[in-house]
Amino acid sequence: MDIIEILATTGLWAAVLRIATPLIFGTLGALLCERAGVLNLGIEGIMTFGAMIGWLTVFQGADLWTGVAAAFAAGMVFGLLHAGMTVNLGLSQHVTGLGITLFASSVAYYLFRLAVPVAGTPPTIEPFAPIAVPLLSSVPFLGVVLSSQTAPTWLAVFTALIMGWVLFRTPLGLAIRMSGENPEAAEAQGVDPVRIRIGCVMVGSGLMAVGGAFLTLSAFNSFFPTMVQGRGWVCIALVVFASWRPGRALFGALLFALFDAYQLRLQTVLGGVVPYQLFLMVPYVLSIVALVVMARRARVPQALMKPYIKGER
Amino acid sequence: MWLALAAPLMAVLGAMILSAGLIRLAGVPALDAFGEILSNAFGSRLAITETLTRATPLMLTGLAAAVAFRARIWNIGAEGQLYIGALTVAALGTTMTGWPAAMAIPMLMLGGALAGALLLLLPLLLRLRFGVDEVVTTLLLNFIAVLFVSLMIEGALKDPMAFGWPQSMPVPIEAELPKLVERTRLHIGLLIAIVLAVLVYVLQSRTLFGLRSRAVGLNPDGARFAGVAIGRTLIVTGCLSGALAGLAGAIEVMGVKGYVTTDLSPGYGYTGILVAMLAALHPLGVVAASLFAATLFVGADGMSRALGVPTYIADVTVALSLLTMLVALFFTQYRVRR
Amino acid sequence: MPGIGSGVEFEADGPVLELTGITKRFGETLANDGISLTLARGEVLALLGENGAGKTTLMSILFGHYTPDAGTVRVKGRTLAPGRPRAAIAAGVGMVHQHFSLAANLSVLENVMTGTESLWSWRSARADARRRLDHIATRFGLQVAPDALVADLSVGERQRVEILKALYNDADILILDEPTAVLTDQEAERLFATLRDMRAQGLSIVFISHKLDQVLAAADRITVIRGGRVVAERQAAATDKAELAELMVGRTIERPVRAASCPGATVLQARGVSVDTVLHELDFSLRAGELLGIIGVSGNGQSALGQLLCGVRRARAGTLTLFDAPFPQGDVDALVTLGVGRVPEDRGSDGAIADMSVWENAVLERASHPPFQRAGFVQADAARRHAAELIERFNVRGGGPDHRIQLLSGGNIQKLILGRSLVGEPRLLIAAQPTRGLDEGAIAAVHERLLEARANGAAVLLISEDLDEVMRLSDRIQAIVKGRLSDSIDTGQADARTLGLMMSGASIDGVTHAV
Repeated sequence: MDIIEILATTGLWAAVLRIATPLIFGTLGALLCERAGVLNLGIEGIMTFGAMIGWLTVFQGADLWTGVAAAFAAGMVFGLLHAGMTVNLGLSQHVTGLGITLFASSVAYYLFRLAVPVAGTPPTIEPFAPIAVPLLSSVPFLGVVLSSQTAPTWLAVFTALIMGWVLFRTPLGLAIRMSGENPEAAEAQGVDPVRIRIGCVMVGSGLMAVGGAFLTLSAFNSFFPTMVQGRGWVCIALVVFASWRPGRALFGALLFALFDAYQLRLQTVLGGVVPYQLFLMVPYVLSIVALVVMARRARVPQALMKPYIKGER
Repeated sequence: MWLALAAPLMAVLGAMILSAGLIRLAGVPALDAFGEILSNAFGSRLAITETLTRATPLMLTGLAAAVAFRARIWNIGAEGQLYIGALTVAALGTTMTGWPAAMAIPMLMLGGALAGALLLLLPLLLRLRFGVDEVVTTLLLNFIAVLFVSLMIEGALKDPMAFGWPQSMPVPIEAELPKLVERTRLHIGLLIAIVLAVLVYVLQSRTLFGLRSRAVGLNPDGARFAGVAIGRTLIVTGCLSGALAGLAGAIEVMGVKGYVTTDLSPGYGYTGILVAMLAALHPLGVVAASLFAATLFVGADGMSRALGVPTYIADVTVALSLLTMLVALFFTQYRVRR
Repeated sequence: MPGIGSGVEFEADGPVLELTGITKRFGETLANDGISLTLARGEVLALLGENGAGKTTLMSILFGHYTPDAGTVRVKGRTLAPGRPRAAIAAGVGMVHQHFSLAANLSVLENVMTGTESLWSWRSARADARRRLDHIATRFGLQVAPDALVADLSVGERQRVEILKALYNDADILILDEPTAVLTDQEAERLFATLRDMRAQGLSIVFISHKLDQVLAAADRITVIRGGRVVAERQAAATDKAELAELMVGRTIERPVRAASCPGATVLQARGVSVDTVLHELDFSLRAGELLGIIGVSGNGQSALGQLLCGVRRARAGTLTLFDAPFPQGDVDALVTLGVGRVPEDRGSDGAIADMSVWENAVLERASHPPFQRAGFVQADAARRHAAELIERFNVRGGGPDHRIQLLSGGNIQKLILGRSLVGEPRLLIAAQPTRGLDEGAIAAVHERLLEARANGAAVLLISEDLDEVMRLSDRIQAIVKGRLSDSIDTGQADARTLGLMMSGASIDGVTHAV
């Protein structure tokens, strides 16, 4: 199979959707936080914790969707912590986010190790099964691709569409965007930017955690440390790439996933010639490139990273 | 000065109280656990040397973070810079067989430092030129750097005589750092780190450069009005930070491991950030904070074997102390500010 | 909820707005001192006064940004709850701020719609909002493309959006704060036509201004405010520019207590200097022992001029010479070495570094010069001694050399800044808004130092918004309006009337500048 033929396999495109799913959730979560004006660098840790708690909940006997819900709830708790420190106390969003990443990751590993003592092979659970959509599955090529996707993937796409609608077609979305652009103006017009920011950071963090949970409940079926592998940071770059728009975030995540899926398959073709590490570097390098390219052009929410202190004029 | 100590002390206390909760979750009384940690970290001569050895790279990555953060350069790439420094030592080391140690060691340290500095230079330039936030770029570079190391130690720098996990060629004997205490892992890297902490302190508090660098970090507009060259100051400060992180990797290889693997660092770069914040970015405080962190990490290993609390409790406590430190700083500085 | 307020019944011929005894103090400054005024329905009232007179504070209290220390506000016969913009909006008061409250990345429609619908509606009624906005825009002649991004709009258009926001919320009392400060002539004309229209449709308007021409043309009644108090009220038809100018600046302009100057050689000279799009073809010159005052309302290019002369900005055209050599543009160290003292306009961000100590701030700009530096090491003792001298000589109170500078009051920080500029016996002193935000005592101290420097043979360039100050200190005065300088006049030949006119941009000798 040569380089071009890979693009024509259903396996590749099925992988694209699978790989994109945690990126979609993570990017949407970060996007929501940033639209309200808060940079949430806790994403890597929150995704890790979400992966762990989702898996652990199912391992203890709950069903898969309860696991997803547990991850969402846990994410919201970390979001509340982040918002409490950055929105209410006005502490540095950079340092708080990093602290939460390190805290959430280490707590995740700790709790996991408590629940699951070290063994030869990590225990597994029964992950989400692919859903065969009745009519779609008979469509050639696309049908095969779509039918090998699990429920959370569909949820991710759905969430992107919903977020697009909410942000741009509802009063709530307008209030969110105003809080991220000019919180003083928002306040003068009857919107409470503090509550909006707290709410968005909580929901956004919940989404991030769900993205992590996908890794353990669908993509793989067990949890192991460092499984998030920097996906959280890639998501932060993707938010910039998407110009803070959910539709473009969906597109960006798919594009990245395409590169990632492609390089995996490319390894089998070129593996002997080109070291696999170069392929693995691609997503990270692309993220940096995306940041540089968009740095000039992007319309950043104007109040991003500026704490809002009521009454200051 | 006492007011300055209040925040870290409050932070550590807060972190330990919260960790105690997690320890209870493991069914172990918290005080027992902390006691075990202390005795495992300091209970014997060997233990003390282990703790000090563990603290050495943390001092350097802590200094790297402290130097950068003071100038508002968010260098989160110490992990990658550390690995690049280590790799450089492995690469250059093989060319220095036969050299006298007094030459090989400084040269290799310089090489590692330089490599670390260069790695931070790229994100820094991207920020100065294009306004790209260096937090994300330095983070992403960490992954790229580790992959690069993996590539090299499986390829050009591979040690053909090693079985099992890939590792680099070992550094020659001449390049190994002399031990401070016989039959332990404690090496002179500790002294080098402490000396550097003092030098950084002197640089920051007594030199013209330190004054200007601090001004840039506190108020770039005011610094510019006073004639400070902002770009140049940031670049030099950044290079210093990267160099310190690169040196951490170099010293780890030359003093402890002797060769490079992909698990050379259990997150020293990230822990260094926690150490720097706990020290309120003070170079001498970094020495103390890194000892605190090392105590937890070394002690937790033994404590885990004895009491069954997972070793990650050390990571949790150190991470918590960053968060509690931020809150503590808020409350102590709030009083002093008008 | 905004938008429901204006249906309140009240006596048809009572005043629509009544402020009684409004007093407000900020720290040591008494911004409003027992101000009372009324506004009738369908009336256009102008609040006239210099910068710092207290006009914006008064209107901010009305709109609920601040709570007054004393006094009440009654809107349409009902007392208004203080300190809440939402209450003001609900009562039908709308404010168009001098610095627009808009989100640049959102569209006009989005800016207007924010906060007008229930947060939990599942769908924004955009079509309805669009229709309503269009209706209002047409009614008052304020058309703007609803889907245009605010970032792409001209300043005049952005102001229209600000006004539309207020009208969309059913405001029938409109406050405009310095509405023409950033408009071109045509845009200002258009605005006044709109205001006339609004008045015809029953709206009541208060606008704050210092521009005499416009105030006379647009207002029915004029209230003059000076030093936080109402000093006069006039019907527009019954007064003229000259009277207003004198009322605004006060009759008692003391003859300055300056000694006669004997100016020496030319120190600083500018010919056709332009900076970005902010300053155009400036001509001025300054001799040793002379004090040149540049007077103007803020926002006319003073900041850029100050930055240029302090070495933080470069010109794009023209020649600028210092001591007969090219001015070292953008080179702070060269300026300091040549003996140029600089007092920046923004004390807080440019003048001092809040978290650094007094001695560090005192010495930072000349830290590379001996005796403060030797072989790269800061000679802290020498610096501390120097700072102690400064503190002593310039009467800086509130802290010693080792204290953090932010512990000092604004006045003392300014004294330190001035002191460090003067300590090297400079031959040129640039002072930008040196008394902004200071109390009387500190102002007097600063004035004394400026005159002292002049008496010692330094050339002093003073940029200020305070007419009184400029008249008291300067030998010659030029006005800066929209980035251009008027010709220079001798202070001896200037009076309140001439200066008031110069500041509003009218010509004094046939040379017109854009208003």
